[in-house]
Amino acid sequence: MQMIRCPWCGPREEVEFHYGGQAHVPYPAEPAALSDEEWAHYVFFRDNTRGVFAERWSHSAGCRKWFNALRDTVSYRFLAVYRPGDPRPVLDGSDQTQHQTHHQKAGASS
Amino acid sequence: MTTVDAFSTDPADAVPHTPAAAAGDRLNGTPPRTPGAELPEHPEFLWDNPEPKKSYDVVVIGGGGHGLATAHYLAKNHGITNVAVLEKGWLAGGNTARNTTLIRSNYLWDESAAIYEHSLKLWEGLEDDLGYPILFSQRGVLNLAHTLQDVRDSVRRVEANVLNGVDAEWLEPDEVRKVCPIVNTSTDIRYPVLGATYQPRAGIAKHDYVAWGFARRVNEAGIDIIQDCEVTGFVRDGNRVTGVRTTRGDIACGKVALAAAGSTSVLTDMLGLRVPIQSHPLQALVSELLEPVHPTIVMSNAVHVYVSQAHKGELVMGAGVDSYNGYGQRGAFHIIERQMAAAVELFPVFARAHLLRTWGGIVDTTPDASPIVGRTPYDNVFLNCGWGTGGFKATPGVGWVFADTVANDTPHPYAAPFSLDRFVTGRLVDEHGAAAVAH
Repeated sequence: MQMIRCPWCGPREEVEFHYGGQAHVPYPAEPAALSDEEWAHYVFFRDNTRGVFAERWSHSAGCRKWFNALRDTVSYRFLAVYRPGDPRPVLDGSDQTQHQTHHQKAGASS
Repeated sequence: MTTVDAFSTDPADAVPHTPAAAAGDRLNGTPPRTPGAELPEHPEFLWDNPEPKKSYDVVVIGGGGHGLATAHYLAKNHGITNVAVLEKGWLAGGNTARNTTLIRSNYLWDESAAIYEHSLKLWEGLEDDLGYPILFSQRGVLNLAHTLQDVRDSVRRVEANVLNGVDAEWLEPDEVRKVCPIVNTSTDIRYPVLGATYQPRAGIAKHDYVAWGFARRVNEAGIDIIQDCEVTGFVRDGNRVTGVRTTRGDIACGKVALAAAGSTSVLTDMLGLRVPIQSHPLQALVSELLEPVHPTIVMSNAVHVYVSQAHKGELVMGAGVDSYNGYGQRGAFHIIERQMAAAVELFPVFARAHLLRTWGGIVDTTPDASPIVGRTPYDNVFLNCGWGTGGFKATPGVGWVFADTVANDTPHPYAAPFSLDRFVTGRLVDEHGAAAVAH
């Protein structure tokens, strides 16, 4: 089973986690000013990236805290995990080559 | 004897199981046995592999069941044959080859009943239309209810189905047992069976044959099926797309019809068009071949499994999607494990069956578990996606409706409720209940 590294608890099995979809989708700053179309995009539309995707995870069967991760949606490998409020990490490129060969290293690179 | 390389009986082409066995065979003067050599003659090629032309009236992107059915009805119903079907891999190698082949129309809302029932009626005549066997077997589907809320929702759905002319009945547990004797209807299990909805006209078909049947008809109509041709971009001119860039060169087009299922967002991103789709892995599996034990189709939302038995004898099972977004055409094994636990509780007779093979596809889920079929902000680009876990059953129906939409530049009445702008107007078609297990 894939191991996911919780930023607070360390590596745990995938079944302990709950998926939260795309990360960095802020609540509208001025909700009353939004058009129907803008509301639709806030409520229903999310990126559906093929490749490196910033997304939310919750360690629901552990510390129950939320965190963010960069994950490759083709290989399913976690390339980075980071705490809410932290900026999206910049991958240096070595992560991208590593993730194709080091299958046991899931969630370990950040 | 066949001339197809893979089935060669030439000893030089054979791969022996062990060097010793091969040596023994050679000493005996008999050629090593070639796996599959006893299979019937390979069918003749059902379609050609033409080079793409410079230009087409309609370019259909996606050579799965939906794309092929769309091309078929463009030719058959509208006389449009200057058409290319572009497929990035091999014909019908995506979700068309990976689904669990269930066909039913017992959805809750009028809009859904209309398009799925239209599809089921086409399935009932499809073998004649295609002139090709598709092994369509109307063996009925049971959707089990395990809680009081399940029972209420199910009875409501049965009533709605009847009002829409969809065959449906509510069965009590003893009637469930008559339809499918191997379902565990005892009261001492974790989720006892409190009854089921039953649609007798539901069934299964052989998905590969369906695709091949459509491909043959499409090819006969003069439509080009172009495999190994991945779309890499679009040539835009204002509100129109005038060409498609592919790994096999640029192709000019009058209209573009997207039928790319789980890869839709990759294409719409190239168009700068946002769609409310999330692509998820969805897994399925088969057991080894068994004697016929399972006469119908059984689905259960609460315990998360659906099962039928294929013609050859494999038990075919599916579960829910893997939770995260994924384009990998594979999923996690713990999903399979949970699904097997559910299956064995519902069907104790399965406990000693062996798992033969698991696989995954990429399904395009929407917020309301209903598809998106219709126009886009581009004048000549049409969208068919969002069928999620249930697209196979819609194959002929959506082919018909989408072809009509493309041909007439206006949504077919059955497609109209499934427009992209329903997410702005709020007029959703919420089928999370009837879409059943997987969403």
